[in-house]
Amino acid sequence: MNNPGLYVHVPFCRTKCAYCGFVSQTDLSLAPIWLDALTRESELYREFSGPFDTLFLGGGTPTVLSSSQLERLTNHLFVGFSFEDSTEFTVEANPDDITSDMLILLKHLGVNRVSLGVQSLQENELVFLGRRHSAVQAEKALDQVSCAGFKSLSIDLMYGLPGQTISSWLQTLGRALTFEPDHLSCYQLTLERRSPLGRMVAEKIIRKAAVKEERELFLATSEFLEQEGYLHYEVSNFARPRHLCRHNLKYWDRSPYLGLGPAAHSFDGNARWWNTRSIRRYHQRLSCGHAPIAGKEILSEENRIMESLLLGLRTAKGIEIDLVRHVAGLGSRVKHLEQSGLVTVRGGRVLPTREGLLYADGLPLLFT
Amino acid sequence: MPQIRNFSIIAHIDHGKSTLADRLIQYTGLVNERQFRDQILDSMDLERERGITIKSHTITLPYKGKGGAEYALNLIDTPGHVDFSYEVSRALASCEGVLLLVDASQGVQAQTLSNLYMAMEHDLTIIPVINKIDLPSADVQMVREQMDRELGLNPESAILCSAKEGTGIEEILQAIVERIPGPRGNPQDPLSALIFDAHYDPFRGVIVSCRLFDGTIKLGDLIHFMSHRRTYKVEEVGLFRLNREARNELAAGEVGYIIAGIKTVSDTRIGDTITLDSHPAPTPLPGFKEVKPVVFSSLYPISSEDYEALVVALEKYKLNDAALVYQKDSSAALGQGFRCGFLGLLHLEIVQERLEREYDLAFIMTVPSVQYRFTLSDGRVLIVDNPQYYPDPATIQKSEEPFIRATIFTPERYLGAVMKLCMERRGVDARFNSPAPGRLELIYDLPLAEVIVDYHDKLKSITQGYGSFDYELIGYRESSLVKLDFLVNGEKVDALSLIVHSERARDWAVQVCERLKDEIPRHQFKIAIQGAIGGKIISRTTVSPFRKDVTAKCYGGDITRKRKLLEKQKKGKKRMKMVGAVQIPQSAFVAVLKADHE
Repeated sequence: MNNPGLYVHVPFCRTKCAYCGFVSQTDLSLAPIWLDALTRESELYREFSGPFDTLFLGGGTPTVLSSSQLERLTNHLFVGFSFEDSTEFTVEANPDDITSDMLILLKHLGVNRVSLGVQSLQENELVFLGRRHSAVQAEKALDQVSCAGFKSLSIDLMYGLPGQTISSWLQTLGRALTFEPDHLSCYQLTLERRSPLGRMVAEKIIRKAAVKEERELFLATSEFLEQEGYLHYEVSNFARPRHLCRHNLKYWDRSPYLGLGPAAHSFDGNARWWNTRSIRRYHQRLSCGHAPIAGKEILSEENRIMESLLLGLRTAKGIEIDLVRHVAGLGSRVKHLEQSGLVTVRGGRVLPTREGLLYADGLPLLFT
Repeated sequence: MPQIRNFSIIAHIDHGKSTLADRLIQYTGLVNERQFRDQILDSMDLERERGITIKSHTITLPYKGKGGAEYALNLIDTPGHVDFSYEVSRALASCEGVLLLVDASQGVQAQTLSNLYMAMEHDLTIIPVINKIDLPSADVQMVREQMDRELGLNPESAILCSAKEGTGIEEILQAIVERIPGPRGNPQDPLSALIFDAHYDPFRGVIVSCRLFDGTIKLGDLIHFMSHRRTYKVEEVGLFRLNREARNELAAGEVGYIIAGIKTVSDTRIGDTITLDSHPAPTPLPGFKEVKPVVFSSLYPISSEDYEALVVALEKYKLNDAALVYQKDSSAALGQGFRCGFLGLLHLEIVQERLEREYDLAFIMTVPSVQYRFTLSDGRVLIVDNPQYYPDPATIQKSEEPFIRATIFTPERYLGAVMKLCMERRGVDARFNSPAPGRLELIYDLPLAEVIVDYHDKLKSITQGYGSFDYELIGYRESSLVKLDFLVNGEKVDALSLIVHSERARDWAVQVCERLKDEIPRHQFKIAIQGAIGGKIISRTTVSPFRKDVTAKCYGGDITRKRKLLEKQKKGKKRMKMVGAVQIPQSAFVAVLKADHE
């Protein structure tokens, strides 16, 4: 089995973005009790079989933490858990938090991968999304991070925004490439019901992009970035060779991972469990010495197969044919999907094509 | 000993038979208000929902007449649909009289007439009852006139009632004891009892419902079924009250039940005569007939893993339904299944719904077919009820299909529409009667195949509910037949094949393709749907693909949420059959059978 990954959820942001449905809050005064609880939580998993080869600080916005908090957190993790020498250490950061001091701190802590939440390089779009930074700020931050010499720079972008055209999107994308990122995450705007934008759509204040537009944007993104030498290795992720996000790959190839913090999910190869979403409850449980687990499931063989299908078909690696060998009539089905240009079959694996990735949610059902 | 009266209620569907039965039960004090549920005799949920009686029930009502005379009134309930006309005839053979119920606003309908004829054949006393007189649209005078002219009954003898409101019930009970003769028959003669129904009880085996004409039956007797030639030892006899009530014996004239260690209802034959093994009756009672299925369809489990469950469900179901016949069948597209024979389309629908409901099964039922007869060039005669076994057309010398004679009652103003419908359905030899001004009786000979699909619904809709219909089978006639196949994405779905009249083939092909297009959901790819005769494509349509379904994120390690969503969708897919890469919903197979004929 692969090495496990370690994820830490930092549930704080300076402000909430309009599209966000994640667990995070803006009351930074809770950070000390969160950190205190997280320390206790990590004690509970001393036995989690390591060593880890990835560490991912995500959120929320990890860079809203003070330098002492960040330092305390990472020191604690490095002392408490064992890591491989080559560990991929990612921190998610927002452009408005990027200062030279912050970059020096991150380097000092051992961060070798920075994932910058740029989202857009168009002013009007940033306002629409409710981001704190301007396009100018974002570009400045990109300059700073790329000069700081981290092993990998990743940029998060969003498309499928109301009013966005293919050409305006490709312009943003082209602009982002001038900073020579090693990795890009390009997410179609998903309207979470819980988010302000989701509510605006429900109330018909704004209109969702048409499915046809979303489809064309997706295909154009993939085509453009592959021409520029990036591998389209997951529905929303693109990387230069050797810069695939090792941590996220663990989610998709069913490697184990431990998630610490409110709402974090964990998987040990056999069971999945997830933490309570509330920071207060998270802290309360841990101060009584209990795990803050909200739910847990042990996977059946059937569950495992379904997971492998749903995850595998979202990635360029696809699925092993052997996994679904028993499904009646599979041969003719796969052949038909191949003829329809949705998958290719190579080396005992069924791989989704670019077109096939558009159907990554429905394809697994065709293999059951 | 109370005096006995044996009677049934006969009526056109929806004329209020079950409501009247409920009211009689309530009135005679067999149940108190609290126990009373509407339509007590219709105990299956399905019957309650559809408002029809599927399986008949029998009940003995205690009644005290004028002057204090005590009566036991045996109400023999009958199923209310043409598919079950033989069962109705056996129930009627067990009675001395009937209540002929006519809806005060609907008047005489096709089934009123066919039921009346059947009662007359059995020489029964007929008590006309005009029901639903509480309705604003009730027209008692019109119904009386129809009774006089169309039924030849004395309109003055009709009793007015509203079963819903409970009026006229005492008059009806009085008429039953006064007008219907008591049973004759001698308890000392050899036993001769008519089986008119049979139910399966999981604890006791088969409960045989019968009417004793002569003789006596008691615990321990060895009984013999005269047509079916089986012998059983009697474990219990008794009367039907709200529940079964055991007695020491049943004697000539009585209606009751027998339990005799019989395993399935298929071991009994409705209409068979029960006699004593030691002291048999010289001849069986008249009128016995083996019931033969006329409509055939195949059942396939949606998931092949459910095959065993389907086997078990059919076996269990069959315990209580002797009319269903089935044998193994297999389809290249749908796998292992069963070919089933039914008494008619309603019977088919009932079996389908009960299997789904009571056994929680997901299966596909193919387009129903009749039994075709092919004479081949080598002289062999082939009976085919499954399009899969349609012979090589080059070897067919003569093709024949079964015909029915339909009797349709309709107000005159719908004559044109009804004739058009019958002609579209290849009706021939039309005859007309005008039993009363403004009303018509049409008689048409129609191919059975044209009637089993949606003829009745169609008739109802073009006559705005006023038309009514009854039929009898009249035998085979020569016909030009072809086999129509359907291909989904180039794969032949043999379960969709149909045998149709050659002149109707193109229409069918186009309509079925359109129906399939509506029913088959969009997929990730384009789907071609084609209709073909032999290798020749005669109709074609396509289902265009949907554009995308992927969501951008698989949230930070939360795989469970996504997997559960898929598992839910997979469950929904249980009602889909995979043919190649295409998911065909169960509803598509049903929709084909509802194909429109416009």
